[in-house]
Amino acid sequence: MFASPNAVIIAMTEADQATHDNHAPFLAHHFDSPRQQFAAGKLGMWLFLLTEILLFGGLFCAYSVYRANHPEMFQDGHLFLDRYLGAVNTCVLIFSSLTMALAVSAAQTDRRRLLVGSLIVTLLCGVGFMGVKFVEYKAKWDHGLVPGQERIAWFVALGWLRKDSPAPERGYQPDADYVRKHLAEHGEEVDDAEATRRAAGLFPFFGCYFGMTALHGLHVLAGMGAITWVLVRSIKGHFGPLYFGPVDFVGLYWHLVDLIWIYLFPLLYLIH
Amino acid sequence: MSEVAVESPRSAENYLTARRGVMSWLFTLDHKRIGVMYLASILAFFLLGGVFALMVRTELIAPGRTIMGRDMYNHMFTLHGAVMVFLFIIPGIPAALGNFVLPIMLGAKDVAFPRLNLASLYMFWGGAVFFVVVLITGGLETGWTFYTPYSTTTGQSSVVAAVVGAFILGFSSIFTAVNFIATVHTMRPAAMGWFKMPLFVWALYATAIIQLLATPVLGITLLLLALERLFGIGFFDPSLNGDPVLFQHFFWFYSHPAVYIMILPGMGITSEIISVFSRKHIFGYRFIAYSSIAIALFGFLVWGHHMFVSGQTRLASMIFSALTFSVSIPSAIKVFNWLSTLYKGSISLETPMCYGLMFIFLFGIGGLTGLFLGSLSTDVHLTDTYFIVAHFHYTMMGSTAIAFIAGIHYWWPKITGKMYSDAWGKFTALLLFVGFNHTFFPQFVSGSRGMPRRYYDYEKLLPAHPDFHGGHWLSSLGSYLVAAAFIMMAGYLLVSIVAGRPAPRNPYGGAGLEWQTSSPPPVENFTTPPVVGDPYDYSKLRFDPRSNDYVRVA
Amino acid sequence: MNQILSSLAAIWGPWAQSGSQPYFWLPDRASTFARDVDWVFNFILYVSLFFFALIVALMCWFVLRYRRRPDRQEVEESPHHNTALELLWSVIPVILVCLMFYYGFEGYMDMRTPPRDAYEINVIAKKWAWLFKYPNGYVDDKLYVPAAEPVRLVMTSDDVIHSLYIPDFRVKQDLVPGRYTKMWFKAIKPGEYSLFCAEYCGSGHADMLSKVVVLEAAEFAAWLREAGDFLKKLPPEKAGEELHRRRGCAQCHSVDGKAGTGPTLLGIWGETHRMTDGSTAVVDENYVRESILEPGKRIREGFVNQMPTFKGVLSDEEIGYLIAYIKSLGGSAKGESP
Repeated sequence: MFASPNAVIIAMTEADQATHDNHAPFLAHHFDSPRQQFAAGKLGMWLFLLTEILLFGGLFCAYSVYRANHPEMFQDGHLFLDRYLGAVNTCVLIFSSLTMALAVSAAQTDRRRLLVGSLIVTLLCGVGFMGVKFVEYKAKWDHGLVPGQERIAWFVALGWLRKDSPAPERGYQPDADYVRKHLAEHGEEVDDAEATRRAAGLFPFFGCYFGMTALHGLHVLAGMGAITWVLVRSIKGHFGPLYFGPVDFVGLYWHLVDLIWIYLFPLLYLIH
Repeated sequence: MSEVAVESPRSAENYLTARRGVMSWLFTLDHKRIGVMYLASILAFFLLGGVFALMVRTELIAPGRTIMGRDMYNHMFTLHGAVMVFLFIIPGIPAALGNFVLPIMLGAKDVAFPRLNLASLYMFWGGAVFFVVVLITGGLETGWTFYTPYSTTTGQSSVVAAVVGAFILGFSSIFTAVNFIATVHTMRPAAMGWFKMPLFVWALYATAIIQLLATPVLGITLLLLALERLFGIGFFDPSLNGDPVLFQHFFWFYSHPAVYIMILPGMGITSEIISVFSRKHIFGYRFIAYSSIAIALFGFLVWGHHMFVSGQTRLASMIFSALTFSVSIPSAIKVFNWLSTLYKGSISLETPMCYGLMFIFLFGIGGLTGLFLGSLSTDVHLTDTYFIVAHFHYTMMGSTAIAFIAGIHYWWPKITGKMYSDAWGKFTALLLFVGFNHTFFPQFVSGSRGMPRRYYDYEKLLPAHPDFHGGHWLSSLGSYLVAAAFIMMAGYLLVSIVAGRPAPRNPYGGAGLEWQTSSPPPVENFTTPPVVGDPYDYSKLRFDPRSNDYVRVA
Repeated sequence: MNQILSSLAAIWGPWAQSGSQPYFWLPDRASTFARDVDWVFNFILYVSLFFFALIVALMCWFVLRYRRRPDRQEVEESPHHNTALELLWSVIPVILVCLMFYYGFEGYMDMRTPPRDAYEINVIAKKWAWLFKYPNGYVDDKLYVPAAEPVRLVMTSDDVIHSLYIPDFRVKQDLVPGRYTKMWFKAIKPGEYSLFCAEYCGSGHADMLSKVVVLEAAEFAAWLREAGDFLKKLPPEKAGEELHRRRGCAQCHSVDGKAGTGPTLLGIWGETHRMTDGSTAVVDENYVRESILEPGKRIREGFVNQMPTFKGVLSDEEIGYLIAYIKSLGGSAKGESP
């Protein structure tokens, strides 16, 4: 099912010999051979993924600092996430990584129908993931759990363009009644004053949650865009054993997005 | 003496004349044209930052209000810092000169990803547009460091626009870095091993590693800052259990390595120039190459030395101080190697060499004064005073900007195909040298005597510290000399484009591959594949007085 | 020639006049840290000067000696590298910087380890004033300390990060909102020394200046006793005037009619002012009190709120003194008794 990497490289090397004088399709003018082009592209993609890891690294670092400083707030916070939805999303993404890997293999071995099919499934998984994410975000928004919610609403409603609508104060006031009921569901009865205090204390957790999942969500969207682009080119029949770099690179990116989620899920949903 | 390569350097179509029209520039994928556009844009921002600097120095020439009020002053020094750091010195050498010469030095037709290269230029322009927006919509007076909670609460600044601008510029810088690393790894000719690469390429490679690893962290930090300011998502807000000092850690995790993004390419240029103008093989090639990598790696471990008085733990301060000293060693090694290269050479003091020697002098001062700041107890006294200001101007401007100028003069014949006036060049270098020291040396003394930085005025300080006036006065006078030198430089360089003598293929006798192609090079860089050899072996090059060119002899 | 010399003298004149300092590089030494810090400073200075002189001398000598001349075109034979030499000039700097690190570290640990019996003073920084709170509750805008006695400062900020810097003591420490930072020193001689804010904090950063007044221990005790009862002995408007100066109000609210960061206090009593939200307000006891305790609630038109709250900093009694002072500065309602 999967083409061995060695076989692929041998194929490319042979192609190098064959196409040295008349250019292979999609070989950029400044490269000597498809092999060199592929090696450069692959290295470039890995370097880019490294920067992505560091971008998230900053958030993971902030997460560690805040969790170390306020362990009880993180304990409270994770009660408000639905771990079943989180688990479903984890499975969806892992499955999509499999189909993406299939697509890469199909491109290398010139099986166009498998390539197109796998890419479509991968794309649908992305849509499914974002759908679940939307449901989760909506619930948080309805209970005022989003940091800076009033200002976001004001900003989105273009309040900053109108003179008569001053910016809402900064601050964090989730629905204390909901927090009280929710804590009660988890076996902890608290009075109103305590519920208000605990609600305000959810801030660092939800700051991390929304910071990390929103940035991850943007990456999923970007990945879906890239998959769509590769899908269009696959349908046009651009890829084959001599030229499959884009599928491979988008695949790497998609695996990274998947991997980051695999870290986010336990860090946010499964705190003990 | 038999001559090889007799082909006239002026006959072929070159990259400047191959295609014409604005569109042929805006949509070019040629690394040389992209480099030239970068160079022009970066120098334009250098001019802008320079004007801000002159405003700052003029305000401080005398106690009391001179030309502007306190808020205006705060905007001026912030914008000076932000424009110079983000739009001039970080992209300066890699994006402009590096883009132009790196592929040619490697004998390649282009960088690995030409489209990404063009995208990086557009992102640079995009980021720059945000800075222009900042200028129009309220300025910036947070200091270029954007320390929270000042930056998240001040009402006088377009912080979000500036931060978004810096974010975009960061990605422009990452794109360049990805390109350089991939190019160095995959585009070298088979005959060029790692230790046959010119040291400028090593320096750019080390720089690219830092850009790649540090810039994303700045990106996420600035993103969090913007979110906090726009929506009150309070990662750094103490009233919401956030931590303002965490911002400083994040910020310096990028911005300290950024210092090495600035200086390493400058060191690379100096290595090239010292060797070429001594006509002698660079001394200790491997030590210089390894020291670049060592600086790049150690540079990541020292950010906390900006925070010795921030309230971080004693243990953290101790570790950061020790690591800081470790970075000074590779720098010292480089200086000694340059000196040894001069020994028994055949030294010619043409303009690039004047700047190269100036670099050693000024970097000597900048580097050695860093020792005072790495040492814990003296840093407590000196940090946030003019001593710091003088120190980083000696390293950023006295070293990096001077090396950038050295590089511009060294590769100018290759880039433009024209020779500038060497006499004017030397005279300007002398004026710049005097002006620079006149401006910044007094600041060491004012600073170590206690003059704090970022003060819009010092009138109230004078009764107890009458000497502060003298320092500021000398400094401001010196800044006008520096300005005069740059105006003269712009003058003779621009004149050379119009009226300069056509440049030969190899006017300075360099042994790198870029001197084997015509000046300016053709679109594909080389018409015949270059001969790869030791980039510092001058024994086969002879000056030919008829063509004013160095030619290769068998 | 003489003309050139005299014009140079005119240019460098202000610099030459600054010879009043006891040391060229460093300010007066007025705390126990100063001697140690200066020792490290000088150690690094002389090592650096030696190496810098060496580098520049070698550079100049090589450039002159090996300059390309008509009779000297070729390079002389010399090696490309010499591992022993390279190791030598790597190892010597390593030893030197180890020494520098050690001395600096020793001094720093001393600065960060206050003695247990230190005299404690609380410091609050706000845009753009310093408040020093003594153990008996008295607050002043100058830092009075006893000589030859360790003093510990427990510091925090009300708004943004500031930094307390006393050059003559060689000490500096940031003040961070939401947490306490600490520093200590032992002054060695009575006198008045400059105290600066060293961390950029906005418009008035350069105005955030104060003094450290070092008194002999007995004098200090007497001063503190006197100062503690000081306000009660004055008529209310005089007490208000003192508070206006000592609590930092004067940094932003002038009494000469010029608007600063905040409105002037001259001639406003009983006036009606327009607010930024479009309403109007009469400057009376309630408005002044509200503006002190909740500064952001109603802002006068033309100003941006920069003022931190003084809730818990000023007592009711002290607010009363300030009101009396503002009344005494005149306005349309002057003389009317409330």
